Amino acid sequence: MELVNPGIGLIFWMTLAFGVVVFILKKFAWPAITNALAEREESIEEALRAAEITREEMKKLKLDNEELLKEAKEERVTIINEARKIRDKMLDDARARGNEEADRIVESAKQRIQNERNAAIVDIKNEIAEISILIAEKILREKLSDTAAQREYVNKLLKETNLN
Amino acid sequence: MAYNKGIMTHSKLSILLFLFFYASNLVLSAEQQVEKEKKEFNAGKKIMSHIVDAYDWHIADIGDVHISIPLPVILYDEGDWHFFWSSKFEHGYSSYKGYKIAKEGRLSGKIVRIADDGAYIRPLDFSITKNVFSIFITSAFIIWLFISIAKSYNRRRGHAPKGIQSVFEPLILFIRDDIARDSIGEKHYRKFLPFLLTLFFFIFLNNLIGLIPFFPGGANVTGNIGVTGVLAGFTLLTIWVNGNKNYWKHIFNTPGMPWWLKVPIPLIPIIEIVGVFTKPFVLMVRLFANITAGHIIILGFISLIFIFGQNSVAGGYTISVVSVGLAIFMNFLELLVAFIQAFVFTLLSAIFLGMAVEEEHH
Repeated sequence: MELVNPGIGLIFWMTLAFGVVVFILKKFAWPAITNALAEREESIEEALRAAEITREEMKKLKLDNEELLKEAKEERVTIINEARKIRDKMLDDARARGNEEADRIVESAKQRIQNERNAAIVDIKNEIAEISILIAEKILREKLSDTAAQREYVNKLLKETNLN
Repeated sequence: MAYNKGIMTHSKLSILLFLFFYASNLVLSAEQQVEKEKKEFNAGKKIMSHIVDAYDWHIADIGDVHISIPLPVILYDEGDWHFFWSSKFEHGYSSYKGYKIAKEGRLSGKIVRIADDGAYIRPLDFSITKNVFSIFITSAFIIWLFISIAKSYNRRRGHAPKGIQSVFEPLILFIRDDIARDSIGEKHYRKFLPFLLTLFFFIFLNNLIGLIPFFPGGANVTGNIGVTGVLAGFTLLTIWVNGNKNYWKHIFNTPGMPWWLKVPIPLIPIIEIVGVFTKPFVLMVRLFANITAGHIIILGFISLIFIFGQNSVAGGYTISVVSVGLAIFMNFLELLVAFIQAFVFTLLSAIFLGMAVEEEHH
């Protein structure tokens, strides 16, 4: 029976002691502890949120970078293509100009050759005329070696020449 | 009486030795006991004396010398206050100022005055008994402990917990998140958190200190029905102080019940009112019974050694191996029970408080 028969004194002191413990801890211990815990949890939460935002931003940044890189690559391709086009055009132009020049040179060469040939023909003609004169002179000298013949011939020439 | 005393001296010393020193010490004592006194060892009485409250704090008996801490006796009887040390009773063997410790009957173990007709009269007894003294020590310890923890929280604001702070932080968080918040709800739990935290740590630490077999432990505080009754009373009082309109309405005019169950015979209100008191009553009995049972089992295993040792020394030797093993196992189990019972008491208190502040829902 003693086990379930507590004394009034024990109940009194227990009530007092537990009441005091609750009161003191409620006033001096628990608020500090629970507030500190809540504060820390909040700061951790805050830090996690900030980290999340940063990660998000990093992701965006990375995406932007990739975009940029992609654009740069595309631009590089365009630039290279354009350069290739320009090069081809330049080459074509150069080739065309070269051909033209060559044609022009060939043409002028032909011209010059023609001129040379013409000059040569004139020279040859002159030469032939000279030679012909020489021959004619020699022939005439031969023919007009006697005076009679000379006279006759002069007369003939005089007759032929219109004297006015 | 004398022979009983002699046996107690040896066995009690042996129990202490056995629990905390070497097995050989106990066997030696058991041997001595068997040699010197061929008297009966009353395990039931022995165990009971370890579990109930006492007017002095018994440490050990060596030979015929009792070593105990005397505690103040405070009595109020017939308009007079009496103050004296419990050592005046000489461990219950003599009376002082007409008062003595009753040995049998309904008032066994209490201070009584013997009336002229031989009947026991019980004065108002405010003595600082072993349990009261233990409560004072653990209360002071708990206050010191949590104020120093609070200080380290203030000192290390926003930083990770350190030292003793990190030992208690998981428990504090467990009570806050898994007991208070879950049972009471986000809206009201903050209000009851200090009470629930105090309740939990008071029970838990007293349970643990009760498992230490020597001073300042060893008092069966949470295994005392008065102590658990006061704790349950605090819960009931908190419920009543904070119970809202909805709570009282549920008791006196339970919604959803046909009117003829309330008028003219208030059947449902009576059931509800009984329910109001059974809740703390169950809290009281559960904690008391669990802790007391654990102590009884451990002491029972230890007593086995002396019961067997009475018949043969070899028997004492043999059974001591088993008994100590079982007692160690029980001690581990009691560590678990110390936590579980503190947890259950706090959880149920939180649930009852949650019911008291619950908003009306349709």
